[in-house]
Amino acid sequence: MTNVPTTTKKDWSTDQEVRWCPGCGDYSILTAVQMMMPDLGVTRENTVFVSGIGCAARFPYYMNTYGMHSIHGRSPAIATGLATARPDLDIWVVGGDGDMLSIGGNHLIHALRRNVNIKILMFNNMIYGLTKGQYSPTSEVGKITKSSPFGSVDAPFNPISLALGAGASFVARTHDMDRKHMTKVLRQAHEHDGSVFVEILQNCNVFNDGAWDKITKRANRDANLIDLSHGDPIQFGADNEFGVVVENAEAKVVNVADVGVDALLVHDEHREEPGLAFLLSRLSNRPVSPTPVGVFRSVNQPEYSAGVARQLVDAQAQNGPGDLAAMLRSAGTWTVD
Amino acid sequence: MTDTAPRELPLQELSEVVIRFAGDSGDGMQLTGERFTSVSAVFGNDLSTLPEFPAEIRAPQGTLAGVSAFQVRISDFAISTPGDAPTVLVCMNPAALKAQLHHLAQGGAVIVNSDAFTERNLDKAGYKSNPLDDGSLVGYRLYPVPMAELTKTATAELGVKPRDAERSKNFFALGLISWMYSRPTEPTLQWVKDKFAGRELIVASNIAAFNAGYNFGETAEVFEAHYEIKPAQLPSGEYTNVNGNTALAWGCVAAGQLANLPVFLGSYPITPATDILHEMSKHKNFGVRTLQAEDEIAACGAALGAAYGGALAFTTTSGPGVALKGETIGLAISLELPMVIIDVQRGGPSTGLPTKPEAADLLMAMFGRHSESPMPIVAPQSPADCFDAAIEASRIALKYRTPVMLLSDGYLANSSEPWLLPDVATLPDISVDFATEYNGTNEDGEGIFLPYLRDPETLARPWAVPGTPNLMHRVGGIEKEDRTGNISYDPANHEKMIDLRAAKVAGVANDIPALVVHGDPDAELLVLGWGSTWGAIDAAINRATDNGYSVAYAHLRHLNPFPKNTGEVLANFRKVLIPEMNSGQLALLVRAKFLIDAKSLSKINGVPFTSGEILDAITDELGQK
Ligand code: SF4
Repeated sequence: MTNVPTTTKKDWSTDQEVRWCPGCGDYSILTAVQMMMPDLGVTRENTVFVSGIGCAARFPYYMNTYGMHSIHGRSPAIATGLATARPDLDIWVVGGDGDMLSIGGNHLIHALRRNVNIKILMFNNMIYGLTKGQYSPTSEVGKITKSSPFGSVDAPFNPISLALGAGASFVARTHDMDRKHMTKVLRQAHEHDGSVFVEILQNCNVFNDGAWDKITKRANRDANLIDLSHGDPIQFGADNEFGVVVENAEAKVVNVADVGVDALLVHDEHREEPGLAFLLSRLSNRPVSPTPVGVFRSVNQPEYSAGVARQLVDAQAQNGPGDLAAMLRSAGTWTVD
Repeated sequence: MTDTAPRELPLQELSEVVIRFAGDSGDGMQLTGERFTSVSAVFGNDLSTLPEFPAEIRAPQGTLAGVSAFQVRISDFAISTPGDAPTVLVCMNPAALKAQLHHLAQGGAVIVNSDAFTERNLDKAGYKSNPLDDGSLVGYRLYPVPMAELTKTATAELGVKPRDAERSKNFFALGLISWMYSRPTEPTLQWVKDKFAGRELIVASNIAAFNAGYNFGETAEVFEAHYEIKPAQLPSGEYTNVNGNTALAWGCVAAGQLANLPVFLGSYPITPATDILHEMSKHKNFGVRTLQAEDEIAACGAALGAAYGGALAFTTTSGPGVALKGETIGLAISLELPMVIIDVQRGGPSTGLPTKPEAADLLMAMFGRHSESPMPIVAPQSPADCFDAAIEASRIALKYRTPVMLLSDGYLANSSEPWLLPDVATLPDISVDFATEYNGTNEDGEGIFLPYLRDPETLARPWAVPGTPNLMHRVGGIEKEDRTGNISYDPANHEKMIDLRAAKVAGVANDIPALVVHGDPDAELLVLGWGSTWGAIDAAINRATDNGYSVAYAHLRHLNPFPKNTGEVLANFRKVLIPEMNSGQLALLVRAKFLIDAKSLSKINGVPFTSGEILDAITDELGQK
């Protein structure tokens, strides 16, 4: 990009008082994004943050860009229209697990299958925060909340599996406790041409505190965080003593000592066929077992708004620019003297 | 076809005729009616059409549920309706006769494809005996014609299989009616050649059937006369025949050109609005982007997103879709962004009567959203008028930065009329400016952008689209502070914003034409209409005037806000009658707003008003003469 003025985190921040609960994981995500933006080679005026409703959806108010805080669940649809009308913009969509997977589930999957150029960041805290603590579509079975005093009976979504199932061309996971990892994933997401789905494991310290601790806390990362790295065998543990193999059409955690490094699955995020990525997404029997983070899938597919724009160009090339008088006569006319 | 020399049948001149073509949905009756309409248009008649589609797409063949009909009225004078009752009914099978006979005027002609009146078909239509010979059609002029057999004979030498020949029998009917009303044949033959180009056997078969029908009229000693309807004295100029959905689509495309903005349509298929999506999807060379969304909500959301990005945005739907879009429309009202919601009304509630017109979404358009959420409403009055209505709705949306509801209906959508084409150079300029500069200063005297600082005249807020340097700002559904647009929970600010949004919409009244009274301004009775009732009201007023009644009428293009003089106009008449295809929704609004004793004339059976029904109501009010 040319002519992009140098900016700092401050330039990308608004003067609005940030209103999340003290200690909320959303703060670290906001900071990571505000710190990353100056390095992306984009301008503030060409950047838009669109959100729905929920704690996470407050995000646009704190970004000194264009922004829309819309209605519950609809942000992928609104952003799809904006991206289709304005392929020149950089559009981010921010929402929580309730916003994206519950009320907005339909729009999410359709935005992903269309592969429209919007970057969807889903903050997953496995709870409804804004409405003060009901189980969400990612809460584990048996979750005790105010609306499920005897434990929730609903089976949760696996967001990565869902996004892969919807045909998303870019699917990744990161978490709020590691700014470096988050920035790396978001930067790669930004470079991707097409729909992006990034699940960000986020702590709601008021209504679901510590829900991700077994995975994201520094002390637990060795045992439970599998950092996917393109081209490398999938390994984790303090001494890389664990690995992932595929056996009987399932991804499994094994001791590397038992199978040897050569038996491990080598991660290929550019693999066209999403099957292996899907197997990897099934690894996490969350929120307590080894969980992959990083980019599950990043493949090139035709981007929607470019396809729409190309049809306009083709139509002009074929029929010439629109001519109103000709359009009104297209069904045949007659003249009365 | 026979060796009989053509007889010289008397040619009688008629002023008008109303013909209804009816058959099974597979019989091609819509096409037959459209072709007849098309040649009549080119011939120079005035005309009006009323297609009637079966409720079910794949109803079993030969059943009442599968009957499809097309009514067309042609005349040598200017008309505004497709006619109250047809005088000629063409029926391709017993089900069509059973379902449609009640429309026919007493003494009217019934022309049937007698080959279809088999025991099996009679049974499917629920006839206990054959109406062609049981005397039940006494009172009508019955012409049984073995259309299927004659078509088979005419096409046999071309090598058309009998089964395939059946498919051409609608052209036999068209040929026969074309003879009966002295229509030029050349345009139809040419159309067949163009339409089926490359499928030579079909071309030959349809042409043979058409000619056979035409010749049958001339040579078979069945009919007593044939007729002529001279061209109408219409204003001079170039005409096309257009239905409401096409005119709406063209109006949306034109509005984009007139506003100098790219057009965006977010839509989800729904009867009877889908054809607007089809038509707009064709015009990509105008830069029109159409998005077939995953649902009605997304369609509206995508349109709103496009509007935020600076497009002229539309979403098209019918009543159930408006219900789903309600929350997003509320957001558009709060964000104060322009967009047009097009509701092609149909019978409801719920799935209701999807292929039948109704105009019962007026109160939903007025009030069918959460909280205080006023929006302007405009309604077209005839098929061609949909073009102007789309431009007017767009103009208001853009100028006032508000969603606007356009209320069409299934009748306008599918019926057609000749349209004197406008000179596109005379269409209004509806362009508006985007904000590009700071519009305020902070305490330090530095320039800032106030996204909710209003234009003092229109109360519209600036439209600053993403990509504009320095004007980055956030909008949202949470109540905003006046001027800054920052989140505000201040009670006084909320009330102020409610008042401002209402005042902005009310202010549109300063910017629309006054309500015009036609007819006798000193009459006792004013008929007040809106939407598609215009044609029937217009015809009824003419008939009432011819009968010596003194009566006035006025038609509302804008339903929110009403034209400024509406109250004054209504107060001038002792009686006000409001015909509507609902249970009295405009009447309710008028009574509430102007405290007058308006009387409702309600019709809600899925069929548009006839002029006779409105005339009866007028004479009831004014007493028999
Ligand atoms: S409720 Fe939870 S998610 Fe919401 S702001 Fe507070 S801590 Fe964060």
